[in-house]
Amino acid sequence: MQIIISNSSKEPIYEQILKQIQTAILSGELAEGDALPSIRQLAKDLKISVITTKRAYEELEKAGFIYSIVGKGSFIAEQNLDVIREKKLRVIEEQLSAVISNSKEIGLPYEELQELLKLLYEE
Amino acid sequence: MENVIELRGVSKALKAFTIDNMDLQIKQGFVTGFIGANGAGKSTTMKLIMNLLQPDNGEVSVFGLDYASHEKEIKDRIGFVYDSNIFYESLNLKDISRIVAPAYKRWNHQQFKAYVNQFELPLNKPIKKFSKGMQMKASIAIALSHDAELIIMDEPTAGLDPTSRRELLDIFQEVMVDGKRTILFSTHITSDLDRIADYIVLIDEGKILFDKPIYELQEQYALVKGSTELLDPDTEAYFIKIDRSPNGFQALTKDATKVKEVFGNHVVIEEASLEEIMFYMKGADSHYD
Repeated sequence: MQIIISNSSKEPIYEQILKQIQTAILSGELAEGDALPSIRQLAKDLKISVITTKRAYEELEKAGFIYSIVGKGSFIAEQNLDVIREKKLRVIEEQLSAVISNSKEIGLPYEELQELLKLLYEE
Repeated sequence: MENVIELRGVSKALKAFTIDNMDLQIKQGFVTGFIGANGAGKSTTMKLIMNLLQPDNGEVSVFGLDYASHEKEIKDRIGFVYDSNIFYESLNLKDISRIVAPAYKRWNHQQFKAYVNQFELPLNKPIKKFSKGMQMKASIAIALSHDAELIIMDEPTAGLDPTSRRELLDIFQEVMVDGKRTILFSTHITSDLDRIADYIVLIDEGKILFDKPIYELQEQYALVKGSTELLDPDTEAYFIKIDRSPNGFQALTKDATKVKEVFGNHVVIEEASLEEIMFYMKGADSHYD
């Protein structure tokens, strides 16, 4: 797994790590049970402080993406893919509802909306 | 043991300088950067931690032990790296390892040879012919070879060229990987700390102004710039120190979230570097932690 840290980014470093690991999990690059590098090893590799990687891992753990076993390390947790998918689906539903009500306001027929969606999806 | 070093109510009066009722905890397994202006009390505090100076009042404990009854054991577990060369200058590393080894219970000669190799240090060259960077590496090799759990360094990067500084920082990071060691080092090159420090302790005039995880400083301390019209006794309370000029004000806050909430888009908020924090904290009106 590659993690790229930008020191000039406005985003805190721990958040950059957090997001990149999340993305790797969501894209399937990291699968359930996969071991993450140790907090200290990652700090050394990325040339950042231990407390920063520790914080990223703690946040990932809180959000249910990973779990840690004392003395063994941190691993990708199970089940979260479904949970995340469901959460995302709910967001998509909400956004689509907004699209539909906007379409109705200007009298856009379903077929045209579908066509538009198809066009954008395949872009 | 969460705190490897603990100072409780430590006071020490020296000729031109006083440490008054200092409390300090250094966390095990992390790198703590000790910053402050020249003469702020960094070296004195380190000497107190090393028992090279004894406090007039208060307690110093290291590894949970006190010096009165455990001096030998504590010193055995500390590697102290001075800013200047403490070895006899005409000796070479081979001689020094022979002299130093018997002083430590856990001296590991294999380890020493491995570090000398890794740091590319010559064994037969007199120390006085070493560059500053090589001298620092030699001190660190010795500290690591007696398996020091606590490495205390006074200005280890001062006077090093950028390449040697980087090498040294890489070595520190490698030392931290197994999680058994703690590093405390003083510096006024604050960019060293941006990269590797976990906690920052700022000292000024013998007082600890703060002791914080570095991310808290990066996220919550900020420089705020805006029009002086925004300032009144209520809004001034959000700042640690304010610099006014005819063109506006610049101030340091330790609560960027709050400032954003209160001032919104009327001010510019920028991340404060450690150097800027140090500058603004010095001589701040009141005591902040």
